[in-house]
Amino acid sequence: MDDKVNYLLRLGDNALILSQQLSRWCGKGPALEEDMALTNVALDLLGQTRLWYDYAAELEGAGRDEDALAFLRDAHEFKNCLLLEQPNGNYADTLMRQFYFDTWHYFLIEGLTRSADPRIAAIAEKSLKEVTYHLRRSGDLIVRLGDGTDVSHAKTQAAANALWMYSGEVFAYDTVDEAMVAAGIAPAAADLRAQWLAHVDEVFTEATLTMPPADAWMQSGGKQGRHSEHLGYILAEMQFLQRAYPGATW
Amino acid sequence: MNATAVTPAQAGAHTTQIWAWLGAIPDPEIPVISIVDLGIVRAVRVSADGGCDITITPTYSGCPAMQVIADAITEALQARGVRPVRLHTQISPAWTTDWMSETGKAALKDYGIAPPAQRVIDISRLRTGAAAAISRRAHPAHPAHPAHPAHPAPTVACPHCGSTHTEITSQFGSTPCKALYRCLDCREPFDYFKCH
Repeated sequence: MDDKVNYLLRLGDNALILSQQLSRWCGKGPALEEDMALTNVALDLLGQTRLWYDYAAELEGAGRDEDALAFLRDAHEFKNCLLLEQPNGNYADTLMRQFYFDTWHYFLIEGLTRSADPRIAAIAEKSLKEVTYHLRRSGDLIVRLGDGTDVSHAKTQAAANALWMYSGEVFAYDTVDEAMVAAGIAPAAADLRAQWLAHVDEVFTEATLTMPPADAWMQSGGKQGRHSEHLGYILAEMQFLQRAYPGATW
Repeated sequence: MNATAVTPAQAGAHTTQIWAWLGAIPDPEIPVISIVDLGIVRAVRVSADGGCDITITPTYSGCPAMQVIADAITEALQARGVRPVRLHTQISPAWTTDWMSETGKAALKDYGIAPPAQRVIDISRLRTGAAAAISRRAHPAHPAHPAHPAHPAPTVACPHCGSTHTEITSQFGSTPCKALYRCLDCREPFDYFKCH
C-alpha cells in the first residue's frame, strides 16, 4: 500500500474508532452536558474521518469509498493506535483516553497545517479549531477530576496509570511515518513528543496527578494492524448493518 | 434560463438573482438564519450553459446538515429553471463565524441565541505558538478557572435581557456550533453561538 494512503488511513482510523467509542456514551453520560459534549466531539471526529477517508480512497483509486473503508474492512486492516480501542471504562478512563489523544492530536494537526501536501494542510486547517476546543475541554475536566474529591482523584490517577502504556504508540514512527516526515508531509515524532509531554505534565501538575515515567515501556502494533481483542467487538457493533445487509442505505 | 449564449451583463444580473434565491434558504438547524447569512455559500458562478456552480463550505467537519443544505440549494435553483446546478464543497479557507453577516447575527439574537461575541481563534497565532494557545500556566491564582491568555473568555450578552452578567454551563449545546449559557440577572438559560 502506498505510504500516503496508509498514513491517511491511520489518521482516519484513529478518529473513527474514537468517535465510535464516544458515541456509545450517548444517552448514558453522567450529566446531560457531558452526554452532549461527548457526542459533539464524536461528531467532529466523524467529520474528520470522512475527510481523511475521502482523500485516501481517491489516492488509492481502487473503487473503495469512505463507507467501504469504514464498514468493510476487518480488524487487521484497521490502523488505529491501541489507545483508541481501549474500553470506555468509567468516566475517568474515557476522559483520560481523550486527554492523551487530544494532546497528541492537537500538536499533530497543528503541525499538519504546514504539510507539503496542500489537501492534508487544508483538512488540518479545517480540523484545528475543533481539535483545540476538544483539548481545552478534556484538559479542564482532567483538572476538575484530578483536583476534585478523593474518589475522583483516585480514579483519575488510576486511569492515567492504566492508559499510560498506550500513550506512546503515536510517537513510534515506522517506515510509513518516516516517509511522510521525509516528504515534508507530517511533523517529526521527537517534536510532537516533547510538546505532548510538556502539556500533559502541565495539566497533571494542576490536577495534582502524578505523571508516570516518560521512559516507561510502551505498547504498539495498532498502526500495523495488530490489535487487542477490543477492536473486534467495536467493529462487530459498528459494521453489523453493512455486514448483515450489504449495500443497505437510508 | 435556457442554454443559449449568456452575455456578461446577463450573467452578472443572474448571479445577483441566484444569491438572492440562496439568501432565502434557511439553515436546517437554525432556521432563522439563511445559509448565506451564515457564511456557508462561498461562491456563485453562472456558466455559459445556463447552469451554475455553487461552492459551499461546512461549518464544522461533521456538520450533519451539509447534505440537507446541498439538496435545498439544488431544489431551490432547479425550481427556478437553473440547471444544471453543480455543487462544490470547499474546506479551505476554513469556515469561521467571522463570515456571519450582521443580519444573521441580529436574527440569531432575536431568536434567543447569543451571536458570536468576538473575533475567532487566530490560526496564524496558533501556528507560531502552538503551546501558547492551550497553555494553562498564566493564571496560577485561579487553578479552577484557568483563563487562556491567547483566548480570553468572551463577554456574552444575554439575548433576552442584554445583561453581560452571564456564565457558561456547558461547552457544547444542542449542536456543535453552540454552547450553553445562563443569565445571572434574568436567570434564563440560553444558547450561545460559539466563535469558531
